Amino acid sequence: MTTAVAAPRPSVVSAPVRPRAHWQDRIAQGLLLGVCAFLIVFLLAPLAMLLVKSLQDRDGVFVGLRQFQEYFQTPALRQSIVHTLAVAGTVTAVTIPLAFTFAYALTRSCTPLKGTLRVIALTPILAPSLLPAISFIQWFGTQGLLKWMLGGASVYGPIGIIISSIYAVFPHALMIILTALLLSDGRLYEAAESLGTPTLRKFFTITLPGAKYGLISAAMVVFSYTVSEFGIPKVIGGNFNVLALDIFKQVIGQQNFNKGAVVSIVLLVPVLFAFVVDWVMQGRQQAQFSSRAVAYAPKPRRWFDASMFAYCLFICALLLAVLGMAVYTSFIKLWPYNKSFSFAHYTFGLVDAGVISSFFNSLRMAILTAVLGTMLIFGGAYLLEKTRGVRGLRALIRMLAAIPMGVPGMVLGLGYIFFFNHPDNPLNGLYHGMTILVVVTIVHYYTSSHLTAVTALKALDNEFEAVSASLKVPFYKTFFRVTVPVCLPAILDIGRYLFVNAMTTISAVVFLYSPDTQLASLTILTLDDAGEIGAAAAMATLIVAASTTVCVLYAIVTRLLLARTQAWRRPLAL
Amino acid sequence: MPESAASNEPYLKLEGIRKTFGSFSALKDVALAVANGELITFLGPSGCGKTTLLRIIAGLETQDSGTIIQGKRNISRLPAMKRDYGIVFQSYALFPNLTIFDNVSYGLVNRRKGRAEIRRRVAELLTLVGLADAGGKYPGQLSGGQQQRIALARALATAPGLLLLDEPLSALDALERLRLRGEIRALQQRLGVTTIMVTHDQEEALSMADRVVVMNHGVIEQIGTPQQIYREPASAFVADFVGKVNVISAVAEGGGRFRVGGLVLTGAAGAAAVTPGTRVRLYLRPEDVVINGAVAANANAAAATVTKVEFLGAFCHVTVQVAGAEDQPLLINISRHSIDRMNLVEGSPLQVGLPADCMRLLR
Repeated sequence: MTTAVAAPRPSVVSAPVRPRAHWQDRIAQGLLLGVCAFLIVFLLAPLAMLLVKSLQDRDGVFVGLRQFQEYFQTPALRQSIVHTLAVAGTVTAVTIPLAFTFAYALTRSCTPLKGTLRVIALTPILAPSLLPAISFIQWFGTQGLLKWMLGGASVYGPIGIIISSIYAVFPHALMIILTALLLSDGRLYEAAESLGTPTLRKFFTITLPGAKYGLISAAMVVFSYTVSEFGIPKVIGGNFNVLALDIFKQVIGQQNFNKGAVVSIVLLVPVLFAFVVDWVMQGRQQAQFSSRAVAYAPKPRRWFDASMFAYCLFICALLLAVLGMAVYTSFIKLWPYNKSFSFAHYTFGLVDAGVISSFFNSLRMAILTAVLGTMLIFGGAYLLEKTRGVRGLRALIRMLAAIPMGVPGMVLGLGYIFFFNHPDNPLNGLYHGMTILVVVTIVHYYTSSHLTAVTALKALDNEFEAVSASLKVPFYKTFFRVTVPVCLPAILDIGRYLFVNAMTTISAVVFLYSPDTQLASLTILTLDDAGEIGAAAAMATLIVAASTTVCVLYAIVTRLLLARTQAWRRPLAL
Repeated sequence: MPESAASNEPYLKLEGIRKTFGSFSALKDVALAVANGELITFLGPSGCGKTTLLRIIAGLETQDSGTIIQGKRNISRLPAMKRDYGIVFQSYALFPNLTIFDNVSYGLVNRRKGRAEIRRRVAELLTLVGLADAGGKYPGQLSGGQQQRIALARALATAPGLLLLDEPLSALDALERLRLRGEIRALQQRLGVTTIMVTHDQEEALSMADRVVVMNHGVIEQIGTPQQIYREPASAFVADFVGKVNVISAVAEGGGRFRVGGLVLTGAAGAAAVTPGTRVRLYLRPEDVVINGAVAANANAAAATVTKVEFLGAFCHVTVQVAGAEDQPLLINISRHSIDRMNLVEGSPLQVGLPADCMRLLR
């Protein structure tokens, strides 16, 4: 061979090369199409239907924005908007500083028992949102132990909604802020120290700016959670109207579905706004984090650590008091007159009353959601991230997967009524069945699970699929032999997340259950309505017990797995 | 050598390969022929298109246009699964949850070979890469260099006709890189497998390759043996990118003579053809500059003063200011031994000669 300077060849403009796809690529693309179809049918179509219904009157005649006009002319309904925003604003303003201080204590001080404090702070996730409402009624209600603290004000109303919501959203805010604080670079503090920067200045120049995006993101999550929440105002709201409750009243009370759709759209606006802000902030936070950052290691400071520990203990005591009161209520005869220990609420209140079956329905629903949801979401994320071809479809799925986080459960549920209860829909048979409850729950919690899966998959070497192809091994074989085992911790995490949320959710399923598929969380509502607060507390306690069991199982299994099948994670001392 | 025998019938032939990413043109009409059993390196700065070209050969990217013939088979449109190659990545891409044995046998299991045969083949491959005992370990328990050897064994397991190496040594430390360089080359020659290696490290390219393909901005600048690339660079880019080089701005005076400030230099191949008055650049490697005793017979001699001595171990980079062309510092490679002998320090006077036959004229 001799030297040849590559002379530009005469450019023959040939037809673009169309690669021939392997049949295995076709399988992957077909499955991806299936995921896309699922999201279109079970997310996009119901939402589109909702939008259409909001522009029609009861008889299905197109009336444009007239229903919105009517809505805004009704003073009571207009008041709901003010109420909703005021409550959500207050909850956000209180929760964020509380959670930030807690997260600050866990990351920047040498507080003892960090692990325990963190676990206690996260317990509200295990409970349905109705639990704090019940519990606060016991503490501050008409017969409440601490009623005097309210100085004549009633807990039924904004006060009850606000404190119950704070309890329910606290762990969500805490997790986001914790992550933001953990991501900060310890070397920034070292640099500041070497320059003799005072503590307060370090806080305002390093800590706060570093956590800024996390704080905004947490605020948005808290805000949209509170706006969307329906169970809390239902139980403890009294006559205080909020948007989510209005939807419920329009649909269940007045059977005015189209008005319900109008309120849904009104509710969707603030939640979507918060969702978009959150999305933008998360992107910025990731960009800010450099992979070379060094974790910050706090040094012991006696008084600071002691006061931080005292604060955390105080918060944990409050959280446990809420959970404890509900559990306690379920085990005594009648609050506050007869406080003797009794299983009556479980035996008579649940079993004999014939509502215990709803607990087993919930269990079945949660297991199905966890298993099928994990398969669908992780499989979908894998196909999305690791297979080739069909670019347009991928972009569409990415967008669809992000939407559920910005849609309140009630809005989604109402969309399902419109879409699946439509006589012309071939999927009509799903309506009122267990399937639709599972599906709506999977879709409702799709986004977070999807992001967990994508993060885990992105951590894998990008070339596994290329190597498999060069070795002529089909992609699905590598998926089962390598991808799934390596991502198992993330997969289990998704399963646990779906299970716990399926056990506690009410908003997405409240319009979709039938007598045969009554769920535990919905039974709490019914029992509470009937004044059976002890039985309601018992049911809430059962849900907490089930969620806790799964979380403990998850912790054990993860630890065992890491110890055994994932031996490869431990580098051997050579 | 298989090269000469196969020179009429290349094993791998690329023609008119183009690839654009949006408005960025990654490859502009690339053509290349690789002989059977040859080791070719794609050398160039990052973003020059070398990795894209490799991925197109592997079927991991699709070219916008152009054809690829491998062993008489047109593979231009074939998916990666249907092509015949083994590939090694910079990141190793070993399956972390599988043992070394399972990693190496990954492609064999799929071919419905007998268990005993697979066992024998894996043992053979592990011995080949010098890690006969590693079979039961996990990738995370091996060093970077060992992992890369395993990745190589896995790629070779199915005895592919073509071996593709994508910056295989970049993630390793300097010593390991040097050792593996020699090992890969020896293994490749022993197996006679046609190999393409992508690298941005010129030393690696020159020391391992039968031929080097120098790329820049999606275009092949030069294809040649390492000696040709180094000694007869075809373009200013190649001269600059491969090794160190002095670039001297000059004005042609006709008759093969050039004016550099107050100096007049003779030489460089093809110099006579340059129209007088043209601004040109003369390229001269630092090790080609002669000094003191050796200067006498040289036409392009000049007096110079040492301005900087940079110690690099076995030899030094000496920067000098040439009388008459003070604005163009000249870099010279001088052995440490000579420096000591001549007692060269900053300010020392030095006679330099720029050999006409070593100077190249490039535009």
